[in-house]
Amino acid sequence: MWSRERGRLKPLRCGVEELRCRRREREAALRKARREQQLVSKRLLRDEALEEAEEGCVAVIFGEAEIQQFLRLAQRGTEEKEREGALVSLRRGLQRPETQQTFIRLEGSIRTLVGLLTSNRALLQLEAARCLHELSHSEQSAVVEACLPATSYLLTYLSGHSSDFIELCLYTLGNLIVESEAVRRQLLPQGIVPALAACIQSPHLTVLEALGYALSQLLQAKEAPEKIIPSVLGSTLPQHMLQLLQPGPKLNLGVAVEFAWCLHYIICSQVNNALLITQGALSTLGLLLLDLAGAVQRTEDAGLELLACPVLRGLSNLLTEAAAEAVGRQLQLRDERVVAALFILLQFLLQKQPSLLPEGLWLLNNLTANSPSFCTSLLSLDLIEPLLHLLSVSNVVSVLVLTVLCNVAEKGPAYCQRLWPGPLLSSLLDTLAFSDTEVVGQSLELLQLLFLYQPGAAQAFLQQSGLQALQRHEEVAQLQDRVHALQQIALHG
Amino acid sequence: MQLPPALHARLAGAPGSAEPLPVERNPAAGTAPFRFAPRLVRFPREHDFFEDGDVQRHLYLQDVLTQVGGAPERPRVPEFTCQVAGCCQAFGALDDYEHHYHALHGNVCSFCERAFPSGRLLDAHILEWHDSLFQILAERQDMYQCLVEGCTEKFRTSRDRKEHLVMRHLYPVDFRFDKPRKSRGPAMPGAAEQVLAETLGDDGVPSEGDAMEVCSEHVEPPPEPAGERRAYSHRCLTRI
Repeated sequence: MWSRERGRLKPLRCGVEELRCRRREREAALRKARREQQLVSKRLLRDEALEEAEEGCVAVIFGEAEIQQFLRLAQRGTEEKEREGALVSLRRGLQRPETQQTFIRLEGSIRTLVGLLTSNRALLQLEAARCLHELSHSEQSAVVEACLPATSYLLTYLSGHSSDFIELCLYTLGNLIVESEAVRRQLLPQGIVPALAACIQSPHLTVLEALGYALSQLLQAKEAPEKIIPSVLGSTLPQHMLQLLQPGPKLNLGVAVEFAWCLHYIICSQVNNALLITQGALSTLGLLLLDLAGAVQRTEDAGLELLACPVLRGLSNLLTEAAAEAVGRQLQLRDERVVAALFILLQFLLQKQPSLLPEGLWLLNNLTANSPSFCTSLLSLDLIEPLLHLLSVSNVVSVLVLTVLCNVAEKGPAYCQRLWPGPLLSSLLDTLAFSDTEVVGQSLELLQLLFLYQPGAAQAFLQQSGLQALQRHEEVAQLQDRVHALQQIALHG
Repeated sequence: MQLPPALHARLAGAPGSAEPLPVERNPAAGTAPFRFAPRLVRFPREHDFFEDGDVQRHLYLQDVLTQVGGAPERPRVPEFTCQVAGCCQAFGALDDYEHHYHALHGNVCSFCERAFPSGRLLDAHILEWHDSLFQILAERQDMYQCLVEGCTEKFRTSRDRKEHLVMRHLYPVDFRFDKPRKSRGPAMPGAAEQVLAETLGDDGVPSEGDAMEVCSEHVEPPPEPAGERRAYSHRCLTRI
């Protein structure tokens, strides 16, 4: 049966080095695509066991005559098995782009496929749906757009009850959605948003994950902020999404990842975040953050960073909303467990995915910027030293760490007192040795605050050869004014 | 990055926080040439800041990364047949059966045994095909409901509804779940043939291209009492 084996790596048909190389290539291609705003990915559902068995067959490219034969057999064969077998063969063949091209150019082929999709033969329906799914995964627009006549049926079937079939329809729709604005311009009036809103009430986890995928593709579209997100916000989808993100024993990682990304796309589009906040998005994400930190300690679960990323983003962006402040007055957002959780996650990210550290620190900035409470938590939970450890990771990370420290220091003497003495001074002297202007600049800002609020700081700085450390930057345009000012303060108080 | 040991305990502890330290700012802080002020930072969709995370997300979608979670095992069972009366389909896996059941026996009209993909379509069918009150009301008000989930429009005739489906919702002109009830021709042998012509997904009308054959397992005349059948025919005759 059509099942996706997860939590299991594909058997290596090539060496580890080749795998790494391929992955680097894919990463580079994705970065390029993102910069061109063409970041598009499709999900392919394939039964792994089936695929291994079919290894031999996939190599074959079918011509027109063969395709016609399969279609004829599928439509008019007398034996049930014969009809199914024909479609299975066709489906295998459709894994090849050449066969896909031939198929779509054959007159009546899509029509026949749609006929089989809507027939009353359950297994033929499934195989026809799989054929469509293969086509939807193609990298060639012509092939994907050939699937358009089927969309009204795919949407209709979302209200059905067969979970495997619905899952397949959803992944196919997700692939189609991502293809082009033209496709979406058809799907929206066909009622994709209400169809998804009805389907999200399914109890099946596989359906939910597929739905999350399809929805995330819809929300990622370029025109989404104007044309899609308003109707999504007007539907019951956000409430259901938030429900599915509630932490607890029922939380399924695969499902949560998809809907967390959906939430991120909605939030960062800034259409109506106030509405999301009234629906409890802030508290759900906050609780999810706590849950994630707990999970990270318990298991070596592959993929937690896939969930951490959109959660960090969602929280950080929501905190900038005016509505967040009102909610923030509730205890929930003063809860110092949030800070504890964030640091546990930062440690996890440092090991697992250092490229996500800036996102974690971004949240820390937004938590501490206007919050004496969270700044105090940083101090009382002894988190300054761990924070300083991050200073050697990268320039971007260093700037963020220094910014957070400035957030704390600017609150006044009571805060600076707790930052001093300790390793802060030597860390600052280290960062002054960086060549990156932004890092140095932020260090200078922090020094000013420390000199201002902490008696003895300037003195200690001088004693540790601080002046020499400053001298390096005397000629740098962006830094010189601040360097001179600090030199003055250090020398003359 | 060494975390203080008490941190994990704190996470597991009760919500709450210590009393914040007093804030006391000096106006000289952050004044020229210095410029620091605490700021909430917001990143919009396309910002470069999101590049790394977005790339990871898409690698995952492309199945390069280890996938999360675990799909439950789908067991195979000794072959069994569908227990619905008149259906003899055999299965070796529960999921195959699940799909078969929902596709063919799920939303089934108890009057004429046609199967529909969803409850909404079944409800519309029953109203429009088997409810005499509907016919009466339809003469005076808009009763034909749009078939698209979420659309509340209603129409006077089936044709108007079809036009709406095509123009407004970009549905195909030959959408298979919107077949109007056909009127009886002169030589129609009986209700059975009606079932043949209009069974779900059947492409009996030649002008529609490749005709689909009806599967043999479903060609049984609906077990209606004679009285109802007459009424059925009667309704058909009066419809244009």
